[in-house]
Amino acid sequence: MQLTIKYFGMLAEATTITEEQFSTESCSVSELLKKLRTQYPELSKKDFKVAINQQLVDHTYIIKTEAEIALLPPFAGG
Amino acid sequence: MKSSNRYNRQIILPEIGESGQEKLNASKVLVIGAGGLGCPVLQYLTAAGIGTLGIIDFDVVEASNLHRQVLYGDNSLGKNKSLAAKARLTDLNPTITIHAYPEKLTTKNALTLFSEYDIIVDGTDNFSTRYLVNDACVITGKPLVYGAIFKYQGQVSVFNYQNGPSYRCLFPDPPKAGSVPSCAEIGVLGVLPGIIGSMQANEVLKIILSLGNVLNGKLLMYDSLTAQSSSFSINRVSSEVSKVLASAKNFETIDYDLFCGIKQVSEITAKDVFLLEDVQFIDVREAYEQPKIENLNPSCIPLGNLQQQINDLDKDKETIVFCQSGIRSKKAVEILLANGFENVSHVKGGAIALNNSIPDLTGFENL
Repeated sequence: MQLTIKYFGMLAEATTITEEQFSTESCSVSELLKKLRTQYPELSKKDFKVAINQQLVDHTYIIKTEAEIALLPPFAGG
Repeated sequence: MKSSNRYNRQIILPEIGESGQEKLNASKVLVIGAGGLGCPVLQYLTAAGIGTLGIIDFDVVEASNLHRQVLYGDNSLGKNKSLAAKARLTDLNPTITIHAYPEKLTTKNALTLFSEYDIIVDGTDNFSTRYLVNDACVITGKPLVYGAIFKYQGQVSVFNYQNGPSYRCLFPDPPKAGSVPSCAEIGVLGVLPGIIGSMQANEVLKIILSLGNVLNGKLLMYDSLTAQSSSFSINRVSSEVSKVLASAKNFETIDYDLFCGIKQVSEITAKDVFLLEDVQFIDVREAYEQPKIENLNPSCIPLGNLQQQINDLDKDKETIVFCQSGIRSKKAVEILLANGFENVSHVKGGAIALNNSIPDLTGFENL
């Protein structure tokens, strides 16, 4: 299945892209993150939350169908 | 009356009217930080006629602030931000009450200050204060209008509102220290905090006027380069909220710099302990725990009693804390630091390591 992955804030710098299409079998969020961290080792140094179709989910959530995944880091600036 | 026309253009909105204006005039809003986000928030809330505005900021205006902190000009350079902001805002709208607090927000003043206001706006620039603001809002039951920026992007949300999520429900743990750069490190285009701060001011007005859909349980992400925004649903995590409520009793002793990893608890190895002179040792284990380390002649104060017995100790003396393995002692150091102790360390590996390192009379170590 095809996922759209969006990288916000400093995650876009860690991956050098803001958005990509990613093909994968059905998997949990943590399995997906493992794949992404292998592809973008810089991601391992970052803290972020994961949203699937605009809903924040935890890492045990199983992604079964095409979805939009957003990786959301905390911002500090003011 | 001079002010009767001031709010006309919002009063003629049928959703607001005279009664809406009265609500605005009766409300009290505290803005934490009068910087990039705080300036636009304050400007619009002042103009809208929020009856009482509080501004807390310990910082002074610098030239590098002026491209985005639009309440200040050359004349404000070197002045405290809360005072300089108050001076400008009083000119914008002399009919409202403005309290300036030219001090740092701490665990000591936060709860009292927050309880005097209806809504808290977060315009801070670091994680320690953001967690402190969130927790103080949870404890005092105040809605928190949150905004934060990174380069060309911003986040807005309303936390702790009508039983909704708190900041910790979104980000339970602070990011690794130094992993998220600040505006001072990486720069920011002045308009971005203007946009995000204006969105925060808008949420404040929506809450007071019961207008539209407040960003409760939603994180709005705005990208100024694509001019796109997206919002994400956040659920309330009861365990995070209860954890904060449970900390209410000891709130003043929490060190948010330690929590965010900005400050580390200083550690000493068991071997080095026996080389020290003129220090006070504290054993924070329960009385029954063995082995006792009598060579050090420690004050025995179980961790749970430390706060109450803190006055029995000498703040100015170098202090070394130990427990059984080095976990409770770390907590004890945090408590001591929060109570004004400055030279405090804990023993790595605790009493077990100490017991293995006690020097014998011949000067050889008892390994």
